[in-house]
Amino acid sequence: MKVVGLFEQSATDLHELLHKKEIRVSDLVDESYKRISEVDSKVQAFLTLDEERARASAKNLDGQAPQGLLAGLPIGIKDNIVTRDLRTTCASKILGSFDPIYNATVVEKLEKAGTITIGKLNMDEFAMGSSNENSAFQKTRNPWNLETVPGGSSGGSAAAVAAGEVPFSLGSDTGGSIRQPAAFCGVVGLKPTYGRVSRFGLVAFASSLDQIGPITRTVEDNAYLLKAISGLDPMDSTSAPVDVPDFSAALTGDIKGLKIAVPKEYLGEGVSEASRQSVLDALKVLEGMGAVWEEVSLPHSKYALATYYLLSSSEASANLARFDGVRYGYRSSNADNLLDLYKNTRAEGFGDEVKRRIMLGTFALSSGYYDAYYKKAQKVRTLIKKDFDDVFSKYDVIIGPTTPTPAFKVGEKTDDPLTMYANDILTIPVNLAGVPAISVPCGFSGGLPLGLQIIGKHFDEATVYRTAHAFEQATDFHKQRPVL
Amino acid sequence: MSRITIEEVKHVANLARLAITEEEAEMYRKQMDEIIHFAELINELDTENVEPTSHVLDMKNVLREDVPKKGLPREEVLKNVPEHQDGYIKVPSIMGE
Repeated sequence: MKVVGLFEQSATDLHELLHKKEIRVSDLVDESYKRISEVDSKVQAFLTLDEERARASAKNLDGQAPQGLLAGLPIGIKDNIVTRDLRTTCASKILGSFDPIYNATVVEKLEKAGTITIGKLNMDEFAMGSSNENSAFQKTRNPWNLETVPGGSSGGSAAAVAAGEVPFSLGSDTGGSIRQPAAFCGVVGLKPTYGRVSRFGLVAFASSLDQIGPITRTVEDNAYLLKAISGLDPMDSTSAPVDVPDFSAALTGDIKGLKIAVPKEYLGEGVSEASRQSVLDALKVLEGMGAVWEEVSLPHSKYALATYYLLSSSEASANLARFDGVRYGYRSSNADNLLDLYKNTRAEGFGDEVKRRIMLGTFALSSGYYDAYYKKAQKVRTLIKKDFDDVFSKYDVIIGPTTPTPAFKVGEKTDDPLTMYANDILTIPVNLAGVPAISVPCGFSGGLPLGLQIIGKHFDEATVYRTAHAFEQATDFHKQRPVL
Repeated sequence: MSRITIEEVKHVANLARLAITEEEAEMYRKQMDEIIHFAELINELDTENVEPTSHVLDMKNVLREDVPKKGLPREEVLKNVPEHQDGYIKVPSIMGE
Protein backbone atom coordinates (compact mmCIF):
# COMPACT_ATOMS: atom_id res chain seq x y z
CA MET A 1 0.00 0.00 0.00
CA LYS A 2 1.39 3.39 -0.94
CA VAL A 3 1.54 6.10 1.69
CA VAL A 4 -1.04 8.63 0.64
CA GLY A 5 -3.52 10.65 2.61
CA LEU A 6 -3.83 13.81 4.58
CA PHE A 7 -0.20 13.84 5.63
CA GLU A 8 0.86 14.12 1.99
CA GLN A 9 0.15 17.79 2.52
CA SER A 10 2.37 20.33 4.16
CA ALA A 11 1.62 21.98 7.50
CA THR A 12 0.54 25.15 5.70
CA ASP A 13 -1.91 23.17 3.51
CA LEU A 14 -3.34 21.31 6.50
CA HIS A 15 -3.69 24.61 8.33
CA GLU A 16 -5.52 26.02 5.33
CA LEU A 17 -7.89 23.03 5.28
CA LEU A 18 -8.60 23.48 8.99
CA HIS A 19 -9.09 27.17 8.52
CA LYS A 20 -11.61 26.68 5.71
CA LYS A 21 -13.30 23.99 7.83
CA GLU A 22 -12.83 21.41 5.11
CA ILE A 23 -11.39 19.10 7.75
CA ARG A 24 -11.55 18.96 11.53
CA VAL A 25 -8.68 18.42 13.96
CA SER A 26 -10.32 15.08 14.79
CA ASP A 27 -9.90 14.03 11.15
CA LEU A 28 -6.17 14.59 11.45
CA VAL A 29 -5.94 12.66 14.70
CA ASP A 30 -8.09 9.86 13.21
CA GLU A 31 -5.77 9.75 10.21
CA SER A 32 -2.77 9.37 12.50
CA TYR A 33 -4.16 6.49 14.55
CA LYS A 34 -5.64 4.80 11.48
CA ARG A 35 -2.30 4.89 9.75
CA ILE A 36 -0.56 3.62 12.90
CA SER A 37 -3.00 0.71 13.15
CA GLU A 38 -2.35 -0.14 9.50
CA VAL A 39 1.43 0.05 9.34
CA ASP A 40 3.03 0.27 12.77
CA SER A 41 3.05 -3.49 13.29
CA LYS A 42 5.62 -3.47 10.46
CA VAL A 43 7.44 -0.20 11.11
CA GLN A 44 7.32 -0.36 14.94
CA ALA A 45 8.02 3.33 15.36
CA PHE A 46 5.80 4.03 18.40
CA LEU A 47 6.54 2.86 21.93
CA THR A 48 3.55 4.52 23.61
CA LEU A 49 0.35 6.02 22.21
CA ASP A 50 -1.58 8.80 23.92
CA GLU A 51 -4.82 8.13 22.07
CA GLU A 52 -7.45 9.00 24.65
CA ARG A 53 -5.97 12.38 25.47
CA ALA A 54 -5.16 13.17 21.83
CA ARG A 55 -8.76 12.49 20.77
CA ALA A 56 -10.13 14.56 23.63
CA SER A 57 -7.85 17.51 22.76
CA ALA A 58 -8.86 17.21 19.12
CA LYS A 59 -12.54 17.27 20.00
CA ASN A 60 -11.99 20.43 22.01
CA LEU A 61 -10.43 22.12 19.01
CA ASP A 62 -13.00 20.93 16.45
CA GLY A 63 -15.07 23.78 15.18
CA GLN A 64 -12.69 26.46 16.46
CA ALA A 65 -10.67 28.55 14.06
CA PRO A 66 -7.04 27.32 14.35
CA GLN A 67 -4.91 29.59 16.52
CA GLY A 68 -1.60 29.58 14.71
CA LEU A 69 -0.09 27.55 11.94
CA LEU A 70 0.66 24.39 13.89
CA ALA A 71 -2.59 24.36 15.90
CA GLY A 72 -4.38 21.04 15.71
CA LEU A 73 -1.61 19.22 13.87
CA PRO A 74 -0.54 15.79 15.19
CA ILE A 75 3.06 15.25 16.26
CA GLY A 76 5.21 12.38 17.53
CA ILE A 77 7.83 12.91 20.24
CA LYS A 78 11.09 11.01 20.72
CA ASP A 79 10.98 9.00 23.92
CA ASN A 80 13.89 10.84 25.58
CA ILE A 81 11.87 14.08 25.79
CA VAL A 82 9.82 14.10 28.98
CA THR A 83 6.05 14.43 28.74
CA ARG A 84 3.92 14.93 31.85
CA ASP A 85 1.96 11.79 32.79
CA LEU A 86 2.96 10.15 29.51
CA ARG A 87 5.44 7.29 29.80
CA THR A 88 8.99 8.28 28.86
CA THR A 89 11.41 5.37 28.72
CA CYS A 90 14.43 6.42 26.63
CA ALA A 91 13.86 2.91 25.22
CA SER A 92 15.54 1.59 28.37
CA LYS A 93 14.45 -0.98 30.90
CA ILE A 94 15.74 1.34 33.63
CA LEU A 95 12.98 3.87 32.78
CA GLY A 96 10.50 1.23 31.63
CA SER A 97 7.70 2.46 33.89
CA PHE A 98 8.67 6.12 34.28
CA ASP A 99 5.85 8.67 34.07
CA PRO A 100 7.35 12.18 34.23
CA ILE A 101 5.80 14.78 36.49
CA TYR A 102 6.67 17.71 34.24
CA ASN A 103 6.97 18.61 30.56
CA ALA A 104 10.14 19.39 28.67
CA THR A 105 10.28 23.05 27.59
CA VAL A 106 9.82 22.01 23.94
CA VAL A 107 6.66 20.10 24.91
CA GLU A 108 5.32 23.17 26.75
CA LYS A 109 6.05 25.25 23.65
CA LEU A 110 4.28 22.75 21.41
CA GLU A 111 1.27 22.78 23.71
CA LYS A 112 1.19 26.53 23.37
CA ALA A 113 1.38 26.18 19.58
CA GLY A 114 -1.56 23.77 19.81
CA THR A 115 -0.05 20.58 18.36
CA ILE A 116 -1.48 17.25 19.45
CA THR A 117 0.88 14.63 20.81
CA ILE A 118 0.06 11.27 19.23
CA GLY A 119 2.63 9.24 21.16
CA LYS A 120 6.27 8.55 21.99
CA LEU A 121 8.76 7.27 19.45
CA ASN A 122 11.31 4.49 19.62
CA MET A 123 15.05 5.19 19.71
CA ASP A 124 18.35 3.60 20.59
CA GLU A 125 18.55 3.28 24.36
CA PHE A 126 19.49 6.71 25.81
CA ALA A 127 20.12 7.85 22.21
CA MET A 128 23.24 5.68 21.96
CA GLY A 129 23.22 4.03 18.58
CA SER A 130 22.73 4.48 14.87
CA SER A 131 20.16 1.83 13.98
CA ASN A 132 17.47 1.59 16.69
CA GLU A 133 18.75 -1.93 17.35
CA ASN A 134 19.79 -0.77 20.83
CA SER A 135 16.19 -0.18 21.95
CA ALA A 136 15.30 -2.40 24.90
CA PHE A 137 11.78 -2.86 23.52
CA GLN A 138 11.57 -3.12 19.74
CA LYS A 139 13.50 -2.68 16.52
CA THR A 140 12.01 0.04 14.35
CA ARG A 141 12.27 -0.77 10.62
CA ASN A 142 12.92 1.46 7.64
CA PRO A 143 9.61 2.05 5.79
CA TRP A 144 11.49 1.94 2.47
CA ASN A 145 12.69 -1.58 3.10
CA LEU A 146 11.69 -3.44 6.24
CA GLU A 147 14.90 -5.50 6.11
CA THR A 148 16.93 -2.36 6.73
CA VAL A 149 17.37 -0.10 9.76
CA PRO A 150 15.72 3.33 10.00
CA GLY A 151 18.94 4.79 11.39
CA GLY A 152 19.32 6.19 14.86
CA SER A 153 19.09 7.20 17.40
CA SER A 154 15.89 9.08 16.38
CA GLY A 155 14.89 6.13 14.15
CA GLY A 156 11.30 6.03 15.38
CA SER A 157 10.90 9.77 14.80
CA ALA A 158 12.13 9.53 11.18
CA ALA A 159 10.31 6.28 10.34
CA ALA A 160 6.96 7.55 11.68
CA VAL A 161 7.14 10.62 9.42
CA ALA A 162 8.29 8.58 6.39
CA ALA A 163 5.46 6.07 6.97
CA GLY A 164 2.83 8.82 7.08
CA GLU A 165 1.87 8.12 10.71
CA VAL A 166 2.40 11.76 11.71
CA PRO A 167 3.14 14.88 9.64
CA PHE A 168 6.19 15.63 11.76
CA SER A 169 8.07 14.71 14.91
CA LEU A 170 10.79 15.78 17.30
CA GLY A 171 14.11 14.00 17.58
CA SER A 172 17.42 14.72 19.30
CA ASP A 173 20.90 14.82 17.81
CA THR A 174 24.16 14.26 19.71
CA GLY A 175 26.34 12.92 16.88
CA GLY A 176 23.91 12.69 13.97
CA SER A 177 20.83 11.19 15.62
CA ILE A 178 18.38 13.42 13.72
CA ARG A 179 20.19 13.79 10.39
CA GLN A 180 21.27 10.17 9.87
CA PRO A 181 17.77 8.63 10.34
CA ALA A 182 16.26 11.49 8.29
CA ALA A 183 18.67 10.57 5.46
CA PHE A 184 17.94 6.83 5.79
CA CYS A 185 14.15 7.39 5.78
CA GLY A 186 14.00 10.07 3.05
CA VAL A 187 12.74 12.92 5.23
CA VAL A 188 14.01 16.33 6.36
CA GLY A 189 15.84 16.56 9.71
CA LEU A 190 17.59 19.53 11.28
CA LYS A 191 20.04 19.71 14.15
CA PRO A 192 19.85 23.31 15.36
CA THR A 193 22.82 25.34 16.58
CA TYR A 194 23.85 24.24 20.08
CA GLY A 195 21.88 26.56 22.38
CA ARG A 196 19.07 27.34 19.92
CA VAL A 197 16.58 24.98 21.58
CA SER A 198 16.21 24.40 25.31
CA ARG A 199 17.39 20.99 26.53
CA PHE A 200 15.31 21.22 29.71
CA GLY A 201 13.44 17.91 29.88
CA LEU A 202 15.63 16.17 27.32
CA VAL A 203 17.11 13.20 29.17
CA ALA A 204 20.80 14.08 29.00
CA PHE A 205 23.24 11.91 27.06
CA ALA A 206 26.16 14.25 26.29
CA SER A 207 25.20 17.70 27.50
CA SER A 208 27.75 19.66 25.45
CA LEU A 209 26.52 18.06 22.21
CA ASP A 210 22.78 17.27 22.58
CA GLN A 211 20.16 19.32 20.71
CA ILE A 212 16.45 18.72 20.06
CA GLY A 213 15.29 19.32 16.48
CA PRO A 214 12.43 18.80 14.01
CA ILE A 215 11.90 15.92 11.55
CA THR A 216 9.45 16.75 8.75
CA ARG A 217 8.51 15.96 5.14
CA THR A 218 9.42 19.40 3.80
CA VAL A 219 11.92 22.13 4.55
CA GLU A 220 9.10 24.64 5.06
CA ASP A 221 7.44 22.52 7.77
CA ASN A 222 10.82 22.12 9.40
CA ALA A 223 11.30 25.90 9.56
CA TYR A 224 7.87 26.37 11.19
CA LEU A 225 8.45 23.65 13.74
CA LEU A 226 11.91 24.98 14.68
CA LYS A 227 10.49 28.43 15.27
CA ALA A 228 7.89 26.95 17.60
CA ILE A 229 10.43 25.16 19.82
CA SER A 230 13.34 27.65 19.84
CA GLY A 231 14.34 30.31 22.32
CA LEU A 232 16.10 31.20 25.54
CA ASP A 233 14.89 29.20 28.53
CA PRO A 234 15.73 30.11 32.13
CA MET A 235 15.58 26.37 32.91
CA ASP A 236 18.54 25.64 30.59
CA SER A 237 21.64 27.74 31.20
CA THR A 238 23.09 26.58 27.87
CA SER A 239 20.15 27.92 25.87
CA ALA A 240 21.38 31.03 24.11
CA PRO A 241 20.11 34.60 24.51
CA VAL A 242 19.59 35.12 20.76
CA ASP A 243 16.54 36.21 18.79
CA VAL A 244 14.38 33.60 17.11
CA PRO A 245 13.88 34.79 13.53
CA ASP A 246 11.00 33.81 11.30
CA PHE A 247 12.94 31.04 9.57
CA SER A 248 10.25 30.63 6.89
CA ALA A 249 11.01 34.18 5.65
CA ALA A 250 14.34 32.79 4.41
CA LEU A 251 12.64 30.39 2.00
CA THR A 252 12.89 32.70 -0.99
CA GLY A 253 14.17 30.21 -3.54
CA ASP A 254 16.96 32.67 -4.33
CA ILE A 255 20.47 31.33 -3.82
CA LYS A 256 22.22 33.42 -6.44
CA GLY A 257 25.79 34.06 -5.35
CA LEU A 258 25.60 31.60 -2.42
CA LYS A 259 29.12 30.41 -1.59
CA ILE A 260 29.28 26.67 -0.97
CA ALA A 261 32.28 24.83 0.49
CA VAL A 262 32.64 21.11 -0.23
CA PRO A 263 35.16 19.44 2.10
CA LYS A 264 37.26 16.88 0.25
CA GLU A 265 37.23 14.74 3.41
CA TYR A 266 33.45 14.31 3.03
CA LEU A 267 33.73 12.77 -0.43
CA GLY A 268 36.79 10.61 0.18
CA GLU A 269 37.63 7.32 1.82
CA GLY A 270 34.76 5.38 3.36
CA VAL A 271 32.07 7.25 1.42
CA SER A 272 30.12 5.13 -1.08
CA GLU A 273 30.04 6.02 -4.76
CA ALA A 274 26.24 6.46 -4.56
CA SER A 275 26.49 9.01 -1.74
CA ARG A 276 29.34 10.83 -3.47
CA GLN A 277 27.55 10.98 -6.83
CA SER A 278 24.28 12.21 -5.28
CA VAL A 279 26.15 15.14 -3.72
CA LEU A 280 27.91 16.01 -6.99
CA ASP A 281 24.52 15.92 -8.76
CA ALA A 282 23.02 18.15 -6.06
CA LEU A 283 25.86 20.64 -6.48
CA LYS A 284 25.03 20.85 -10.20
CA VAL A 285 21.43 21.67 -9.32
CA LEU A 286 22.55 24.39 -6.90
CA GLU A 287 25.03 25.73 -9.43
CA GLY A 288 22.22 25.94 -11.96
CA MET A 289 20.45 28.30 -9.57
CA GLY A 290 23.42 30.64 -9.32
CA ALA A 291 25.34 29.24 -6.34
CA VAL A 292 29.08 28.72 -6.60
CA TRP A 293 31.04 25.90 -4.98
CA GLU A 294 34.66 25.10 -4.29
CA GLU A 295 36.50 22.23 -2.72
CA VAL A 296 37.91 22.96 0.73
CA SER A 297 39.55 21.00 3.53
CA LEU A 298 38.45 20.34 7.10
CA PRO A 299 41.84 18.85 7.98
CA HIS A 300 40.92 17.46 11.42
CA SER A 301 37.88 15.51 10.21
CA LYS A 302 39.57 12.15 10.65
CA TYR A 303 39.98 12.81 14.39
CA ALA A 304 36.32 13.67 14.97
CA LEU A 305 35.03 10.15 15.58
CA ALA A 306 37.64 9.35 18.26
CA THR A 307 37.16 12.76 19.88
CA TYR A 308 33.40 12.29 19.91
CA TYR A 309 33.46 8.85 21.52
CA LEU A 310 35.79 10.01 24.27
CA LEU A 311 33.82 13.18 25.06
CA SER A 312 30.28 11.86 24.61
CA SER A 313 30.99 8.71 26.64
CA SER A 314 32.63 10.74 29.40
CA GLU A 315 29.63 13.05 29.62
CA ALA A 316 27.27 10.09 29.46
CA SER A 317 29.02 8.31 32.31
CA ALA A 318 28.40 11.37 34.49
CA ASN A 319 24.85 12.03 33.28
CA LEU A 320 23.72 8.43 33.68
CA ALA A 321 25.03 8.24 37.25
CA ARG A 322 21.59 9.50 38.32
CA PHE A 323 19.96 6.17 37.46
CA ASP A 324 20.53 4.40 40.73
CA GLY A 325 17.20 2.75 41.52
CA VAL A 326 16.48 5.10 44.41
CA ARG A 327 14.25 8.00 43.36
CA TYR A 328 12.70 6.77 40.12
CA GLY A 329 13.01 4.07 37.49
CA TYR A 330 13.82 0.40 37.74
CA ARG A 331 15.10 -1.01 41.03
CA SER A 332 16.77 -4.41 41.34
CA SER A 333 14.99 -6.68 43.80
CA ASN A 334 18.26 -8.51 44.23
CA ALA A 335 20.22 -6.48 46.82
CA ASP A 336 20.45 -6.31 50.59
CA ASN A 337 22.74 -3.31 50.88
CA LEU A 338 22.81 0.07 49.15
CA LEU A 339 25.97 -0.52 47.10
CA ASP A 340 24.62 -3.75 45.63
CA LEU A 341 21.33 -1.99 44.96
CA TYR A 342 23.14 0.57 42.80
CA LYS A 343 25.29 -2.01 41.04
CA ASN A 344 22.58 -4.56 40.36
CA THR A 345 19.98 -1.97 39.37
CA ARG A 346 22.36 -0.53 36.79
CA ALA A 347 23.61 -3.93 35.60
CA GLU A 348 20.04 -5.18 35.11
CA GLY A 349 18.54 -1.92 33.89
CA PHE A 350 21.01 -0.76 31.21
CA GLY A 351 21.60 -2.48 27.87
CA ASP A 352 24.99 -3.50 26.48
CA GLU A 353 25.82 -0.40 24.45
CA VAL A 354 24.90 1.95 27.28
CA LYS A 355 27.06 -0.01 29.72
CA ARG A 356 29.93 -0.04 27.24
CA ARG A 357 29.82 3.74 26.95
CA ILE A 358 29.51 4.26 30.71
CA MET A 359 32.59 2.03 31.12
CA LEU A 360 34.53 3.88 28.42
CA GLY A 361 33.56 7.28 29.83
CA THR A 362 34.36 6.33 33.40
CA PHE A 363 37.75 5.07 32.22
CA ALA A 364 38.50 8.27 30.26
CA LEU A 365 37.64 10.39 33.30
CA SER A 366 39.40 8.23 35.86
CA SER A 367 42.48 9.26 37.76
CA GLY A 368 45.62 8.85 35.66
CA TYR A 369 43.78 8.83 32.33
CA TYR A 370 41.88 12.14 32.43
CA ASP A 371 44.62 14.23 30.79
CA ALA A 372 45.51 11.64 28.19
CA TYR A 373 41.98 11.01 26.99
CA TYR A 374 39.32 13.47 28.13
CA LYS A 375 41.37 16.67 28.16
CA LYS A 376 43.23 15.71 25.02
CA ALA A 377 39.90 15.15 23.25
CA GLN A 378 38.64 18.55 24.40
CA LYS A 379 41.72 20.13 22.84
CA VAL A 380 41.17 18.30 19.58
CA ARG A 381 37.58 19.53 19.70
CA THR A 382 38.98 23.07 19.58
CA LEU A 383 40.93 22.20 16.42
CA ILE A 384 37.84 20.66 14.79
CA LYS A 385 35.76 23.72 15.62
CA LYS A 386 38.49 25.96 14.21
CA ASP A 387 38.35 24.04 10.90
CA PHE A 388 34.70 25.10 10.61
CA ASP A 389 35.43 28.72 11.66
CA ASP A 390 38.10 28.97 8.97
CA VAL A 391 35.83 27.69 6.19
CA PHE A 392 32.90 29.82 7.35
CA SER A 393 35.04 32.96 7.16
CA LYS A 394 34.89 32.56 3.37
CA TYR A 395 31.77 30.48 2.63
CA ASP A 396 28.06 30.56 3.50
CA VAL A 397 27.39 26.84 3.82
CA ILE A 398 29.28 23.54 3.80
CA ILE A 399 27.77 20.68 1.80
CA GLY A 400 28.43 16.95 1.79
CA PRO A 401 26.61 13.64 2.19
CA THR A 402 24.74 13.03 5.47
CA THR A 403 25.88 9.40 5.65
CA PRO A 404 28.59 7.37 3.91
CA THR A 405 26.03 4.81 2.65
CA PRO A 406 22.25 4.35 2.46
CA ALA A 407 20.49 2.36 5.23
CA PHE A 408 22.18 -0.93 6.10
CA LYS A 409 20.55 -4.28 6.89
CA VAL A 410 19.20 -5.11 10.33
CA GLY A 411 21.92 -7.06 12.19
CA GLU A 412 24.66 -6.09 9.73
CA LYS A 413 26.70 -3.93 12.09
CA THR A 414 25.76 -5.14 15.56
CA ASP A 415 28.82 -7.35 16.13
CA ASP A 416 31.47 -4.67 16.18
CA PRO A 417 30.89 -1.35 17.99
CA LEU A 418 33.53 0.46 15.90
CA THR A 419 31.87 -0.51 12.59
CA MET A 420 28.59 0.92 13.86
CA TYR A 421 30.29 4.09 15.11
CA ALA A 422 31.91 4.72 11.68
CA ASN A 423 28.49 5.34 10.22
CA ASP A 424 28.46 8.75 11.91
CA ILE A 425 31.75 10.15 10.53
CA LEU A 426 30.05 12.88 8.49
CA THR A 427 27.58 14.08 11.13
CA ILE A 428 29.72 14.03 14.29
CA PRO A 429 32.03 16.99 13.45
CA VAL A 430 28.95 19.24 13.28
CA ASN A 431 28.01 18.48 16.90
CA LEU A 432 31.60 19.00 18.04
CA ALA A 433 31.59 22.45 16.38
CA GLY A 434 28.06 23.24 17.64
CA VAL A 435 26.88 24.47 14.24
CA PRO A 436 23.46 23.77 12.65
CA ALA A 437 22.96 21.22 9.84
CA ILE A 438 20.09 19.75 7.90
CA SER A 439 19.62 16.54 5.93
CA VAL A 440 17.35 16.71 2.88
CA PRO A 441 16.52 13.89 0.43
CA CYS A 442 18.89 13.98 -2.56
CA GLY A 443 18.59 10.66 -4.32
CA PHE A 444 18.12 6.90 -4.09
CA SER A 445 20.42 3.93 -4.22
CA GLY A 446 18.97 0.43 -4.49
CA GLY A 447 15.54 1.81 -3.59
CA LEU A 448 16.85 3.46 -0.42
CA PRO A 449 16.96 7.23 0.16
CA LEU A 450 20.15 9.30 0.37
CA GLY A 451 20.57 12.55 2.28
CA LEU A 452 22.31 15.81 1.44
CA GLN A 453 23.84 17.52 4.46
CA ILE A 454 23.90 21.33 4.50
CA ILE A 455 25.88 22.85 7.36
CA GLY A 456 25.67 26.51 8.40
CA LYS A 457 27.29 29.06 10.68
CA HIS A 458 26.33 29.34 14.35
CA PHE A 459 22.71 30.55 14.58
CA ASP A 460 22.42 30.83 10.79
CA GLU A 461 19.71 28.20 10.33
CA ALA A 462 18.08 30.69 7.94
CA THR A 463 20.77 30.20 5.27
CA VAL A 464 20.71 26.42 5.81
CA TYR A 465 16.94 26.42 5.26
CA ARG A 466 17.16 28.76 2.26
CA THR A 467 19.67 26.46 0.56
CA ALA A 468 17.76 23.28 1.46
CA HIS A 469 14.46 24.77 0.30
CA ALA A 470 15.87 25.93 -3.05
CA PHE A 471 17.27 22.44 -3.64
CA GLU A 472 14.01 20.80 -2.60
CA GLN A 473 11.95 22.99 -4.93
CA ALA A 474 14.22 22.08 -7.86
CA THR A 475 14.03 18.31 -7.24
CA ASP A 476 11.31 15.78 -6.45
CA PHE A 477 13.11 13.33 -4.15
CA HIS A 478 11.04 14.55 -1.20
CA LYS A 479 7.83 13.67 -3.06
CA GLN A 480 8.68 9.96 -3.28
CA ARG A 481 6.88 7.73 -0.78
CA PRO A 482 7.67 4.26 0.48
CA VAL A 483 5.25 1.42 -0.31
CA LEU A 484 4.19 -0.36 2.86
CA MET B 1 50.08 -5.04 24.00
CA SER B 2 46.84 -4.67 25.87
CA ARG B 3 45.99 -1.14 26.95
CA ILE B 4 43.71 -2.19 29.74
CA THR B 5 43.86 -5.12 32.15
CA ILE B 6 41.06 -7.21 33.67
CA GLU B 7 41.80 -5.55 37.04
CA GLU B 8 41.38 -2.10 35.50
CA VAL B 9 38.08 -3.16 33.93
CA LYS B 10 36.82 -4.32 37.32
CA HIS B 11 38.03 -1.10 38.95
CA VAL B 12 36.22 1.00 36.33
CA ALA B 13 33.04 -1.09 36.71
CA ASN B 14 33.15 -0.46 40.44
CA LEU B 15 33.59 3.30 39.91
CA ALA B 16 30.66 3.21 37.46
CA ARG B 17 28.57 1.20 39.95
CA LEU B 18 27.99 -1.62 37.47
CA ALA B 19 27.95 -5.25 38.62
CA ILE B 20 29.81 -7.33 36.04
CA THR B 21 30.51 -11.04 35.68
CA GLU B 22 33.94 -12.52 34.87
CA GLU B 23 32.73 -13.13 31.32
CA GLU B 24 31.60 -9.53 30.93
CA ALA B 25 34.89 -8.29 32.36
CA GLU B 26 36.75 -10.15 29.62
CA MET B 27 34.33 -8.85 26.95
CA TYR B 28 34.75 -5.24 28.12
CA ARG B 29 38.52 -5.65 28.30
CA LYS B 30 38.63 -6.67 24.65
CA GLN B 31 36.09 -4.08 23.41
CA MET B 32 37.47 -1.18 25.44
CA ASP B 33 40.96 -2.10 24.32
CA GLU B 34 39.86 -1.82 20.68
CA ILE B 35 37.97 1.42 21.20
CA ILE B 36 40.80 3.03 23.19
CA HIS B 37 43.31 1.87 20.59
CA PHE B 38 41.17 3.57 17.96
CA ALA B 39 40.76 6.70 20.09
CA GLU B 40 44.52 7.03 20.52
CA LEU B 41 44.59 8.29 16.94
CA ILE B 42 44.22 11.77 18.44
CA ASN B 43 47.68 11.43 20.01
CA GLU B 44 49.12 12.13 16.55
CA LEU B 45 48.14 15.76 17.02
CA ASP B 46 50.28 18.30 18.80
CA THR B 47 47.90 20.10 21.14
CA GLU B 48 50.54 21.72 23.33
CA ASN B 49 49.21 25.28 22.85
CA VAL B 50 45.56 24.46 22.24
CA GLU B 51 42.88 25.44 24.74
CA PRO B 52 40.30 22.73 25.52
CA THR B 53 36.68 23.33 24.42
CA SER B 54 33.98 22.43 26.89
CA HIS B 55 31.34 24.80 25.52
CA VAL B 56 31.06 25.85 21.87
CA LEU B 57 29.35 29.17 22.56
CA ASP B 58 30.99 32.10 24.25
CA MET B 59 28.78 32.08 27.33
CA LYS B 60 30.04 32.54 30.86
CA ASN B 61 28.46 32.77 34.29
CA VAL B 62 24.84 32.42 33.26
CA LEU B 63 23.00 33.59 36.34
CA ARG B 64 19.44 34.46 37.24
CA GLU B 65 17.85 36.46 40.04
CA ASP B 66 17.87 34.50 43.28
CA VAL B 67 14.11 34.38 43.74
CA PRO B 68 12.67 31.60 45.91
CA LYS B 69 10.13 29.38 44.14
CA LYS B 70 7.88 26.62 45.34
CA GLY B 71 9.25 23.09 45.01
CA LEU B 72 7.34 20.16 43.63
CA PRO B 73 4.55 18.70 45.77
CA ARG B 74 5.74 15.69 47.76
CA GLU B 75 3.11 13.30 46.39
CA GLU B 76 4.20 14.19 42.85
CA VAL B 77 7.85 13.62 43.69
CA LEU B 78 7.07 10.25 45.25
CA LYS B 79 5.06 9.05 42.25
CA ASN B 80 8.00 7.37 40.56
CA VAL B 81 9.87 6.27 43.70
CA PRO B 82 10.22 2.46 43.69
CA GLU B 83 9.76 2.16 47.47
CA HIS B 84 8.69 4.77 50.01
CA GLN B 85 7.17 5.03 53.46
CA ASP B 86 5.76 7.96 55.44
CA GLY B 87 6.96 10.40 52.80
CA TYR B 88 10.52 9.06 52.85
CA ILE B 89 12.37 7.16 50.14
CA LYS B 90 13.27 3.68 51.35
CA VAL B 91 16.56 1.92 50.53
CA PRO B 92 18.29 -1.21 51.88
CA SER B 93 20.64 -0.78 54.82
CA ILE B 94 23.77 1.15 54.02
CA MET B 95 26.16 -0.66 56.34
CA GLY B 96 25.00 -4.23 55.68
CA GLU B 97 24.73 -6.83 58.42
